[in-house]
Amino acid sequence: MFQITSTPIDLQAVYDVLQSHRAGAVLVFTGTARDHHHGRVVHELEYEAHPEMAETSMRAIAREMCARWPLEKIAMVHRVGKLAISEIAVAVGVSTGHRQEAFEACHYGLERLKADTPIWKKEHFEGGAEWLANPEALS
Amino acid sequence: MKVQLRFFAGLRELLQLGSAELELAGRPDVQDVRAAIAIAYPQLESLLPFTRLAVNHVFVGGDHLVPDGAEVALIPPVSGG
Repeated sequence: MFQITSTPIDLQAVYDVLQSHRAGAVLVFTGTARDHHHGRVVHELEYEAHPEMAETSMRAIAREMCARWPLEKIAMVHRVGKLAISEIAVAVGVSTGHRQEAFEACHYGLERLKADTPIWKKEHFEGGAEWLANPEALS
Repeated sequence: MKVQLRFFAGLRELLQLGSAELELAGRPDVQDVRAAIAIAYPQLESLLPFTRLAVNHVFVGGDHLVPDGAEVALIPPVSGG
């Protein structure tokens, strides 16, 4: 499952896609909208994507993950549009035999997405709004 | 020849434009397209060095020839996740 969605992310659907009899570990990371950033009070987040490139990027990252770890299933879903505080912005999930691979692969997938996938966050804070750039994307 | 520019996020807001056509002479490569964008949109000049260009959804090198009718997406530093 590699998806950009403008509706709230269905975690049960993500989890269901990851199911595998061969998996002893099913791990889903969710990134949620936080109410503060760099000393600013954040009211809401807004995300925008190049939809075709974002999905292609997620699939490419998934291939990288499979080359490094023995994974059963992978899922990546990112929300676009406006998010209230605590809403889920991104879900990255894996299923695999054992927990060490699960944590490592999930972490890798998220870091790669934050560095490379054509999605942008606009932060609406007290007194203004700003399109951000991830530190991972600037190196 | 013509390319279809696509703008996102901060660039889209700055220009108040999601997409636009750009005409170029001859057989341009990505570097030529970048230079043409800088001339057509001088307000992007300071941002262009930090902007990646994707031709038909793929990041390609500066000397890659750009086909007629290609989508050229301007990809500022990303902030997903």
